[in-house]
Amino acid sequence: MRRRHEPHITDEGTPASGAIRPHRRTFLTQGALLAGATVGGLVSQTSGSRAAEFPPEWRRRPGRSFVAYGTPSPFEAKVGRLLPVRPAGHPTPGAGASFTPLEQLHGIITPNGLHYERSHSGVPDIDPARHELIVHGLVRRPLVFTVDALLRYPTVSRVYFLECTGNSLAGFPATSPAGPLGRMHGLISCAEWTGVPLATLLDEAGVDPRARWMLAEGIDGSGMSRSLPLDKAMDDVLVALYQNGERLRPEQGYPVRLFVPGFEGNLSVKWLHRIKVTEGPTYTKDETSKYTDLLPDGRALQFTLRMDVKSTITRPATGLTMQGPGLYEVSGLAWSGTGRIRRVEVSADGGKSWADATLQEPVLPRALTRFRLPWKWPGGPAILASRATDERGEVQPTREQLVAARGLRSVNHYNAISICHVGGDGQVTSAWA
Amino acid sequence: MVLAVLAISRPLNAQRPSTLEGPGLGRPATPSEIAAVDLSIPPDGTGLPAGQGTAREGAALFGRLCASCHGPKGVGGPNDRLAGGEGSLTSSQPIKTIGSYWQWATTLFDYTRRAMPYGAPMSLKDSEVYALTAYMLHLNGIVGEDEVLDATTLPKVKMPNRDNFINAYPDRPRERSR
Repeated sequence: MRRRHEPHITDEGTPASGAIRPHRRTFLTQGALLAGATVGGLVSQTSGSRAAEFPPEWRRRPGRSFVAYGTPSPFEAKVGRLLPVRPAGHPTPGAGASFTPLEQLHGIITPNGLHYERSHSGVPDIDPARHELIVHGLVRRPLVFTVDALLRYPTVSRVYFLECTGNSLAGFPATSPAGPLGRMHGLISCAEWTGVPLATLLDEAGVDPRARWMLAEGIDGSGMSRSLPLDKAMDDVLVALYQNGERLRPEQGYPVRLFVPGFEGNLSVKWLHRIKVTEGPTYTKDETSKYTDLLPDGRALQFTLRMDVKSTITRPATGLTMQGPGLYEVSGLAWSGTGRIRRVEVSADGGKSWADATLQEPVLPRALTRFRLPWKWPGGPAILASRATDERGEVQPTREQLVAARGLRSVNHYNAISICHVGGDGQVTSAWA
Repeated sequence: MVLAVLAISRPLNAQRPSTLEGPGLGRPATPSEIAAVDLSIPPDGTGLPAGQGTAREGAALFGRLCASCHGPKGVGGPNDRLAGGEGSLTSSQPIKTIGSYWQWATTLFDYTRRAMPYGAPMSLKDSEVYALTAYMLHLNGIVGEDEVLDATTLPKVKMPNRDNFINAYPDRPRERSR
């Protein structure tokens, strides 16, 4: 267990030896001088050829036949969501979350089977033929929609991240070892969501001019409900039916969910059953006693609906071992509930100096953005970090800054810069600060 | 087939899907349909059902239905602590319970009725929900043992932490980061 010490990320401006060079163009030119050296993977390259065993057995026989729904190679069986660790016989096994293994994935799209989960009463088994969505309250015409009806409505498709309000919450106290990256930051995923604009359904019902908010409620065992401002509802909120091209997974709300881009994951109510248009918020359990952010003076922020600018390095991360000094690709993810990521900076010297990473195009608003930067590891200990800036100029704070403002017990909306220790022996450990 | 038309009343921007007109397949919801599903109770108590209960009546129910998760008297169980923690919010170990943190008593009724007990949600009668709500408030010293809670009296219960929430929509107070 790492002993507590001064945080590694500071705002000092002087570059140190071993720093990622601030002029990326210069560095890449130097990188080109290493022509012939490939960007190294983070697992060992076996020396010696396989010529002696050619042809392997899979070359000498036909492969298997077709399957209706494909699954990954058995050699990837270790890749899975990280499940909650609970004592046996826990009375509420379905209430909680499972984490996306961010360090095992690449690109920006989270495969459906690895999308993080959060539920308050487990995953219901809903028959779509018996499910309906009711829209009522301050509307001229309260309406009921069957799933078959919704599937006939015009749709839009958007790539959006979904992040749990409490993602990275262990970073606030930071008293225990950080563990795998997925457990630290894995309550975030990104998919292409296809659905009906909520505005289309609200227009059909006819919203009363007095209305300023709405309530969304699910039909799982917890009947989870949250209030949402109507200006957001009419803007870009979707009644989603598809997730990465196929119908929603049960864990992500089958047969229909709300999707609220850039806002707290909790607001994207799954197993959506009811929308009530109202004058003000309803003040449900999950926007009063939960999902409010305690401050050092004992008061709490409420309706902190937007997810903040944030990033994390996903490669290297805990569990991977660097194989000797050389050229590596530092890569990770950045996002902001406000819109697009404008910039991601990476440091290799604990925040003393920073260089701009390349952002994978297209950079999409309220979606994950993949960043990359080649890094020549000279050997020896190093501290990697990433710092994101979004299109509004909001910058990820250091943990020190965040805790100074919100205290250690705020739980929600943790978006501080986190780090990655590379030991002299090549051992990698993701950490909070 | 209805062609998609753009709504005239809302301006477009690059990030917003254009408001598409749908095929109008919603069927009218009847008042009784709505009444059957509208479980939400806002702070003014609109929608609270008929029925009543006291903490004394709720005690036995709590022991039978709630204590295994929340602990006898709402403390010491494997799930959320329900009682105590007053004055702890500024300490290094804040304890958020109904008494120390919850904003509205009506929310307690709303949540208990829709979600509890965990293993059998929506199984409580409305009077049982009033009685359990009264008992949980009583555990926190907020109502007396024989105080009757109903649709009229419940919204009048003032929670100790009610005024300690800061609205952060649409703009968060600028007290953090750069």
